Amino acid sequence: MNPVRRRRLVALSIGLLGLGIAAGFVVYALRENLQHFVSPSDIAAGKAPQGHRFRLGGVVLEGSVQRSPTSLEVEFIVTDRFKQIPVHFSGILPDLFREGQSVVATGTLEGERRFLAEEVLAKHDENYMPAEVADAIAKAKAQKDAAR
Amino acid sequence: MNTFLIWLNSFGSPEKFHRVALRFEPWLLALAVICGAAALYLGLVKAPADYLQGESARIMYIHIPAAWMSLFIYGFMAAAGFCALVWHFKVAELMAMAAAPIGAGFTAVTLITGSLWGRPTWGTYWVWDARLTSELVLLFLYFGVIGLYNAIEDQRKGARAASLLALIGLINLPVIHFSVNWWNTLHQGNSINLFAGKSSIHESMLWPLILMAFATKFWFGASLLARTRAALLEFEAGKEWAQTALFGPRRPQA
Repeated sequence: MNPVRRRRLVALSIGLLGLGIAAGFVVYALRENLQHFVSPSDIAAGKAPQGHRFRLGGVVLEGSVQRSPTSLEVEFIVTDRFKQIPVHFSGILPDLFREGQSVVATGTLEGERRFLAEEVLAKHDENYMPAEVADAIAKAKAQKDAAR
Repeated sequence: MNTFLIWLNSFGSPEKFHRVALRFEPWLLALAVICGAAALYLGLVKAPADYLQGESARIMYIHIPAAWMSLFIYGFMAAAGFCALVWHFKVAELMAMAAAPIGAGFTAVTLITGSLWGRPTWGTYWVWDARLTSELVLLFLYFGVIGLYNAIEDQRKGARAASLLALIGLINLPVIHFSVNWWNTLHQGNSINLFAGKSSIHESMLWPLILMAFATKFWFGASLLARTRAALLEFEAGKEWAQTALFGPRRPQA
């Protein structure tokens, strides 16, 4: 390889390596800031921002959804299976919202222990399967639980 | 290394590149059409609806392959740009620049289909989570490369400047891919793990995805060759080989 090209190759490689390391540090430093939502455990640990909007993420606790018969108001509990927090929302919920499903809610903390949501989004997981397969899995799980 | 460079160099000859590209193009295009049609039939008609999302999950047969291509083409563009910067291959410069609009197109398709899927599934067209934002940054990087290339008068210098920008933007690729693992995002995790061997998509839904991934790759190949060929012909329009390629061999003057 002629010396000019070799010099370009080396300079470019070192440049890219440096850039990669710098980017790695930036990403590492921003780890916390780039979180899209906080969990109920974070709130319990006092990590949630006080007094302004943030996003809460977690699973809708089974059996916790209470709808008002006369309005769009709904109360449910969001959990990360360690801590829980009650959420109040008034509006139309996404189609995928159901108990046991993940959600991300935007809103503010009311006092210490209640979250007032302005927007609730359903979070989908990475599992895709036909309905028959989902039924079969649920059935097998129920049998296993019954045998226990 | 040296034999590889000599082999690579033989493609550096515009005339040879033109000849080889012309031969491969129709085949790649035909494969793309066949795979794409099969994937669409399997995905939209044969594959079952998702247990939770229903029919709207079918948009993934376009969304996921397009998203893969948006990353793949960027990687290709950066690699070609690297060759262009180090060895000043004319064909590599033109290839990198020919790939940029194709990649931008796939990125736009990814963002639009994702947005249309997000509305019924999540309840919103757009959120500023790490995955969505980094993919949007990728679109802007493509725009930057295209814009820089066109802004510089000297075509070859412009191509090399844009290649450097493409290389710098390379750090966005791992960020996009791993964003769903590194941070809490609204976007779900990766459904398909080629290397781990276990995917969370049921087999009946996996085949149309894989076929579509091949279709988009073939289409990229055909489109890339055609665009690079056209750029080469334009760049070397005055040369003998280009005249021959365009208007046939010159007849002896009577």
